[in-house]
Amino acid sequence: MSWTWFHKLASPPHAYRILGSLAPWFGWASLALILLATWWGLVKAPADYQQGDGFRILYVHAPSAWMSMFTYVVMAVAAGVGLVWRIKLAHAAAAACAPIGASFTFLALATGSIWGKPMWGTWWVWDARLTSELLLLFLYLGYMALRASFDDPQRADRASAVLALVGVINVPIIHYSVNWWSTLHQPASVTKFDKPSIDLAMLIPLFLMIIGFQLYFGWAVSRRLRGEILRRERNANWLKEAA
Amino acid sequence: MDLKEFFEMGGYAGYVWTSYGLTALILLWNWWAARRSEAEAQTAARRRNELALERSS
Repeated sequence: MSWTWFHKLASPPHAYRILGSLAPWFGWASLALILLATWWGLVKAPADYQQGDGFRILYVHAPSAWMSMFTYVVMAVAAGVGLVWRIKLAHAAAAACAPIGASFTFLALATGSIWGKPMWGTWWVWDARLTSELLLLFLYLGYMALRASFDDPQRADRASAVLALVGVINVPIIHYSVNWWSTLHQPASVTKFDKPSIDLAMLIPLFLMIIGFQLYFGWAVSRRLRGEILRRERNANWLKEAA
Repeated sequence: MDLKEFFEMGGYAGYVWTSYGLTALILLWNWWAARRSEAEAQTAARRRNELALERSS
């Protein structure tokens, strides 16, 4: 198998150009889907038989919680690839993921807390799901702080990559926490092997919102990664054309 | 469905609208921060190019 396509893709000028042409597609598609899903979730979807209209928080809470974990896995895989094959672009991608992931984690915690108050009667409880999600936020913040503490980008890449890889253990813990320990948080209702225990009329806007958030992540990471590429390429000739 | 009923969210207005408002804020922040990060790097790269040109001339 030839790896030329991979080396071409991982070359900074090529990646810079591709990301630049992909970003607008991600951006507009995510805007359209998020708007559609918001309308569907707030207006068209029926109220829950137990939670009434309060359940509509689901459409922002679950997608942001999903993104908080998805982004961490992308970040850890990129950091691992950078560490093993010494690909600068992979480290740059990991660095681009962190602030996006941190913001989604904060959003998942905040909307969860707001949802918890009327439904559970409390803003916060130190149970396995909530605590492990809070740990995820600290992992993102720790990753960014560690990167910022090095002047040498290569040392920052390597040290932060190790942290990202160690922290990935937390992702399955978050996901399975609701099965392994008894928690206030409900168990999985969508990502399970048998039929999802949520009605299709409520499920469709949820899927639309998740895809919208994914595309939004695609847009944000493209923009940030382009910035990271420029920051790392100090003396390359192609910069003259790119900038 | 009338508008008043919609905004009341069956009594959960404060919780639902705060959640959606916060989501809009986080998405807008990401949009602004990602754009700024890219634009700053572009400005810095342009400045480096200009400096290199000056030095070579």
